[in-house]
Amino acid sequence: MTPDELQRAAAAERDAQRKFEHHLHVCTAAGCLSAGSGHLKQALEQEIAERGMHGVCRVKGVGCMGLCSAGPLVSAEPEGWLYGQASPEDVPDIARSLIEGRPVRRLLVPSDLPFFRRQLKVVLENSGRVDPERIEDYIAAGGYAALTKALSEMTPEEVIREVTASGLRGRGGAGYPTGLKWSTVAKAPGAEKFVVCNADEGDPGAFMDRAVLESDPHRVLEGMILAAYAVGARYGYIYVRAEYPLAVQRLRTAIRQAERAGLLGDRICGTRFGFAVEVRLGAGAFVCGEETALMASIEGRRGAPRPRPPYPAQQGLWGHSTLINNVETLANVPPIIERGGAWLAGIGTPRSTGTKVFALAGKIINTGLIEVPMGIRLREIIYDIGGGVPEGRRVKAVQTGGPSGGCIPEEHLDAPVDYESLAELGSMMGSGGLIVMDEGTCMVEVARFFLEFSAGESCGKCVPCRVGTTHLYELLNRVVRGEADAGTLSALEELADVVRQTSLCGLGQSAPSPVLSTLRYFRPEYEAHVREGRCLAGSCGSGDKR
Amino acid sequence: MIWARPAPPSSDKRWKMVEAAMRRHGYRRDALIEALHSAQEAFGYLEEDGLRFVAQSLRLPLSLVYGVATFYHFFTLKPPGRHTCVVCTGTACHINGAPALLGMLEREFNLRPGQTAPDGSLSLVTARCVGSCSLAPVAVVDRDLMGKLTPEQLHRRLQGCRRHDAG
Amino acid sequence: MTTGIKTLRIDGRDLSARAEQTILEVARENGIFIPSLCYLEGLTPVGACRLCLVEVKGAKRLLPACVTVVEEGMEVTTRSERLDRYRRTILELLFTERNHICSVCVSNGHCELQGLAERLNLLHVRFPYRYPRLPVDASHPRFVADHNRCILCTRCVRVCEEIEGAHTWDLAGRGIEARVITDLNQPWGASESCTGCGKCVHVCPTGALSEKGRSVAEMAKRRQFLPYLTLMRDKTP
Repeated sequence: MTPDELQRAAAAERDAQRKFEHHLHVCTAAGCLSAGSGHLKQALEQEIAERGMHGVCRVKGVGCMGLCSAGPLVSAEPEGWLYGQASPEDVPDIARSLIEGRPVRRLLVPSDLPFFRRQLKVVLENSGRVDPERIEDYIAAGGYAALTKALSEMTPEEVIREVTASGLRGRGGAGYPTGLKWSTVAKAPGAEKFVVCNADEGDPGAFMDRAVLESDPHRVLEGMILAAYAVGARYGYIYVRAEYPLAVQRLRTAIRQAERAGLLGDRICGTRFGFAVEVRLGAGAFVCGEETALMASIEGRRGAPRPRPPYPAQQGLWGHSTLINNVETLANVPPIIERGGAWLAGIGTPRSTGTKVFALAGKIINTGLIEVPMGIRLREIIYDIGGGVPEGRRVKAVQTGGPSGGCIPEEHLDAPVDYESLAELGSMMGSGGLIVMDEGTCMVEVARFFLEFSAGESCGKCVPCRVGTTHLYELLNRVVRGEADAGTLSALEELADVVRQTSLCGLGQSAPSPVLSTLRYFRPEYEAHVREGRCLAGSCGSGDKR
Repeated sequence: MIWARPAPPSSDKRWKMVEAAMRRHGYRRDALIEALHSAQEAFGYLEEDGLRFVAQSLRLPLSLVYGVATFYHFFTLKPPGRHTCVVCTGTACHINGAPALLGMLEREFNLRPGQTAPDGSLSLVTARCVGSCSLAPVAVVDRDLMGKLTPEQLHRRLQGCRRHDAG
Repeated sequence: MTTGIKTLRIDGRDLSARAEQTILEVARENGIFIPSLCYLEGLTPVGACRLCLVEVKGAKRLLPACVTVVEEGMEVTTRSERLDRYRRTILELLFTERNHICSVCVSNGHCELQGLAERLNLLHVRFPYRYPRLPVDASHPRFVADHNRCILCTRCVRVCEEIEGAHTWDLAGRGIEARVITDLNQPWGASESCTGCGKCVHVCPTGALSEKGRSVAEMAKRRQFLPYLTLMRDKTP
């Protein structure tokens, strides 16, 4: 497809959409689907048809609108009404509200909520607006314009230059400069190179990548194709968790649609550049989010990491130079190419540019998916966007980075959200899971929870992680159960240091972080457990249920 | 060296799905995980014959195939129960009541994660996160996602499954 | 065109190395001791036991000497208070992981794990012993596999895959549940792929794999075969 053909297709779709006076957008991402939005959508379609309104009102399935705690969500355009917790029983009222021009009050979610106002959508700009199962919708919203622009006006080096200028850093958690990674792969010798999209989002409590894949799969594809063009790769893999069947299905549909439109395959957009993509399923191994383990999995082997260096850019899949990027990282690329790297660099902070998608969960009123500029304060996220803690309780800590991260206590909530600040506080940006905890949460128990997870996900290759995480878990178990003695805490700290410094991969190296971070800020809770067998939060009296 | 592609272990039509998956990937050695996925999808679990068939089709050592099948927790080598209950143990679910769900399952159904009831009626597994954190705590019973779940609700649902089997 | 020779410094000593040599190879050539268990000359190194970690100036993390290729001007430190402490802790983890009881073991006195513990002065184990229940597989006519003594170094897996070519052994499960298995987790004696060559027995660093008919302290391993095979396979004229 040439840029002109793309423009014409976009215009045609927009014209077709304008024929309708009303649009009802029903969220069909996994969260709302599991709350019944599939039935809701069917009921709406039926009601609209029965009322003879199908010529003026279009019912469309869209992706995640963010405020998951109010799901299932339906939005009405151009009225700009957002209905929450809608069910098939509400359908007649919803249809009537369009005719009468008055919203259904009991369902209405105020659109000027801080939850919405404080966000800045880049990665999620199409989420909740486009139908993830129609490429025409994506094109009408401006999709694939970046790709046609790059292929017709830019060299691969220029593409890399824009990404570098944007300051984009890996959104999977490590924060490695994306432009640098791309240029390393581009410069690596060898004719055969690969691009891999890491969609093995394994952090419990994180569902950002899942939402992006279910809500705007073409955006991720476009980012991948641009990456392949930039580094000279001809084949790519999207490695998705098997636990995300809807994302897998939507990706496969999107790939087929892109191939049919000449945006994937040989001679993309009529140029000599060719790129093909395949979806590969994970199979329940958190460690496969680690780059070398991910590659081992694609190669059909056990997901055991190998020492780095050499890095995937130097020696990747089957020995070839391989670019591995996270879903959110790739989703940032099309707007960077369209608007220029300097545009993204103008958002956020100098060293942490752009936005970050967070999955807000735990003891918070507004749970769901948010996207904020880097540098925003944690306090703003929790209180302004999140609406604070239910029942007026107080925030005790915010957990970021999942099992590789740490807990940030209430007194540090004015810290800006950027890579360096969170690391300094003993946590990390991570992939975006943000769990809020209140006074009823025992921080020792939180550390134990994460260690149980890490020990269970350890691949078993290296001694410190395989045995060390199990011992850390066992020691924490003793502390929680009040069976620890004076030596337990020092054994815990020493072992945590050894596991951190000597483990082979990031899983083992960061597995002790929850322990170290909670010891740093919540030591009294540990000591109360050890000395008095008492839980200061008053929650783990009954011990381990497993 | 002459190598002949092996015949499926039986005439069960489900083996065709496994063959199709391997063929789609050109019988390349790296198709192993996709092949195992298709076998599990078709039969509900990975049986020894299936592992052997995949190993021979893809020219892989038996121990390698076994090692891959047991590394990934999505795969199971044991037949599942008639009903499956997946309790999410992600962080949000954990602090919002997942331990209570598991406690009830142990007390009332005598089941711990990874176990199947002796009468084959129910399998209990845990998932590290199903991505529905706003509905915490979450369990998936026979592919139905149940959110904001209380132990009583889960108990009722599972008893309902048992009654349905008996009746 | 460079000569492919590099110079580096290990523990203050200036040494020369061929281009593709690892820190461990250069150290061993020059009599510098770096402990290791999963490494065995002739097999692909995997960097798994983490005993060979060394400090390299300018590197943020400790690097495994067995897989790290030397760079020109590299400065390596192989002994320090911290490194010694880490090595002892790793040995402690191994001793507590499974059931290593030297006094009744066929490899008593010939065991690389035992030898390292002595050499690194491991006097006390601070973590609770796990005492897992693990099988002893004596089904093979000539050999015994005692999983209580296995440290999951994977030398047996690698020698069977890379040198013999049968790939009888591999790892199953993961994490602390990981274990070495034959074929589809069958008894060794029922294995279809095993050729009975015994290479795995002789590369095993502990008493996990041994020959039948050996009593306590009688299983001395014969390792010369591996460098010999590697040499014989080298076809350079």
